[in-house]
Amino acid sequence: MTKEIIFRLQAPYRDELRVHGYRFGKGEKSACIVGALRGNEVQQLYICSQIINTLKELERRGCISAGKEILVIPSVNHFSMNIGRRFWPADNTDINRMFPGYSEGETTQRIAAGVFENIKDYSYGIQFASFYMQGDFIPHVRMMDTGYQNPSLANLFGLPYVVIRKPKPYDTTTLNYNWQIWETNAFSVYTNATDRIDVASADQAVASVMRFLTRMGIIKYFGHSGYIASVIEEGDLLSIRTNAAGIFRRLKGPNDPIRMGEVMAEIIDPYEGYVTMQIVAPTDGIVFFAHNEPLALENTVVFKVIKKLHK
Amino acid sequence: MIETVVSSALPVDELLSIKKNRLGPEHPTGQEKRICIVTGTHGDELEGQFVCYEVNRRIQESMECLKGIVDIYPALNPLGVDSITRGIPKFDLDMNRIFPGNKDGSMAEYIASEIVEDIEGADLCIDIHSSNIFLKEIPQVRISEITAEKLVPLARFLNVDFIWVHSAATVLEATLAHTMNMRGVPTLVVEMGVGMRITRHYCDQLVEGIFTLMKELGIWDGYATEPREPVISTDGEVSFINAEASGIFIPTVGHWKNVRKGEPIGDIVEPLTGQILQHIDSPVDGEVFTLREYPVVYEGSLIARILGGIMK
Repeated sequence: MTKEIIFRLQAPYRDELRVHGYRFGKGEKSACIVGALRGNEVQQLYICSQIINTLKELERRGCISAGKEILVIPSVNHFSMNIGRRFWPADNTDINRMFPGYSEGETTQRIAAGVFENIKDYSYGIQFASFYMQGDFIPHVRMMDTGYQNPSLANLFGLPYVVIRKPKPYDTTTLNYNWQIWETNAFSVYTNATDRIDVASADQAVASVMRFLTRMGIIKYFGHSGYIASVIEEGDLLSIRTNAAGIFRRLKGPNDPIRMGEVMAEIIDPYEGYVTMQIVAPTDGIVFFAHNEPLALENTVVFKVIKKLHK
Repeated sequence: MIETVVSSALPVDELLSIKKNRLGPEHPTGQEKRICIVTGTHGDELEGQFVCYEVNRRIQESMECLKGIVDIYPALNPLGVDSITRGIPKFDLDMNRIFPGNKDGSMAEYIASEIVEDIEGADLCIDIHSSNIFLKEIPQVRISEITAEKLVPLARFLNVDFIWVHSAATVLEATLAHTMNMRGVPTLVVEMGVGMRITRHYCDQLVEGIFTLMKELGIWDGYATEPREPVISTDGEVSFINAEASGIFIPTVGHWKNVRKGEPIGDIVEPLTGQILQHIDSPVDGEVFTLREYPVVYEGSLIARILGGIMK
């Protein structure tokens, strides 16, 4: 393993920003793994730390395939993480909406450009990401529908689901999208936590990456075969929204099966404690995404459901 | 008449409402043209607040001159304006990157879709922004290349100093202006001043332009000034100056002033050591139409934009 600084930036008053990369093996640029691009992605940082720990041991045992190189970048935006922010501290911009970056542009464009320059030529790109809506997911692999995506490769992670998302204009500046445009097979891996550490789902994520790297011939690792994934289009997920606001009492969580007519959550009057609204399943299916905050706004998506799928 | 465009309940005893004031002639014919004046998408941009107030005030002082419908939306993001937050609190995406919205999406996307529906059918929309807290802008209209032919002639009436025709970017397809332009509502994006402040003379300048434009459209038949002749970006070339050092920026050039190639724009200094970290000179002859307002800069922070090849 070699540890190197792949990008650095002087701050006016703080320590310099150093983005570290950990390289394993030597040879063709096979896989690149990126962790926290946002300051609250602690789970993503933790997963990368565990991957680095595992790869270190595998390299010591000679289990990185000859002629293959893996790069892991556990954190890009620890400047925000260290002070409890999600986005870039100075201007609140999101580094994951700055790709492919611009080396002569604004600060976060330069950070994105500096990182992207180092990661753009890999065959496979894996990002541990977080969603713009607050909630818990079933662990899954997500790909952008750019025309370059390959869902059958995503299946090799052995996670239960692969989600294909039709990019919206604001997705076109994410890392995942730009990796694909630069001909890297890009995968975003979602676990069921972001700003807290969920050890079980982190372990599942580490195992899924090891499984993928093994199946692509990049490492030798003997693990469980995982799932044969169900591939779903994000647009086919059924969004369930609130039509009242208040305290959110969740009765169903990610991966729970639901029956049409079953109560999935309740909205409770925040002063008097009575139930103002029951959120009722409009279909049979499996909960894919669930809001995880104690309060809910009106007109907000609190569940996304895979319709008519059974465990 | 004050109308609620869309409302949505917040968890504890509060209703979020996007409001507009509709002003119209006393005896409408049903054939009136309609203009929408919208602002407050970014909660830290306040120049539009005075513009809304002043347009409201002047129209109501001379209602007999009003021949069309004027819809004034002072705050598309009222939670942001009220909490001094640029975005929608507790929502990750920039509100001006989620249009046309989505009725089945998050609350913000739902609200965006209702706003679009409300503006749809108007004859013109003016979307007023005021840069951000970091940069100061002269009054200008920004127009993407694909809509320039239609919008530049309208923008000329707005009494701004500058019209910037910029290249189209996919990410900008999710702005309110792009959405409305694609739906047949000519929409002009105004940028002026600086975040968190009201620059009175810029606001007055734009208000004059709005009345001139309304007169041109037949919405207003009262007093209106002759608009000033704007500089158009296609007359020159826009140069960007970004910081190459992190420190404190001290400008030496004036905003919307001539600068010659090689003349100083400012210095980035280091208070701890008393050193100049970067001395910044102009790369071109031109006009400084954007100038850094907030002194703390990182490498990459935008310092100035100069329209090269133009000397007033």
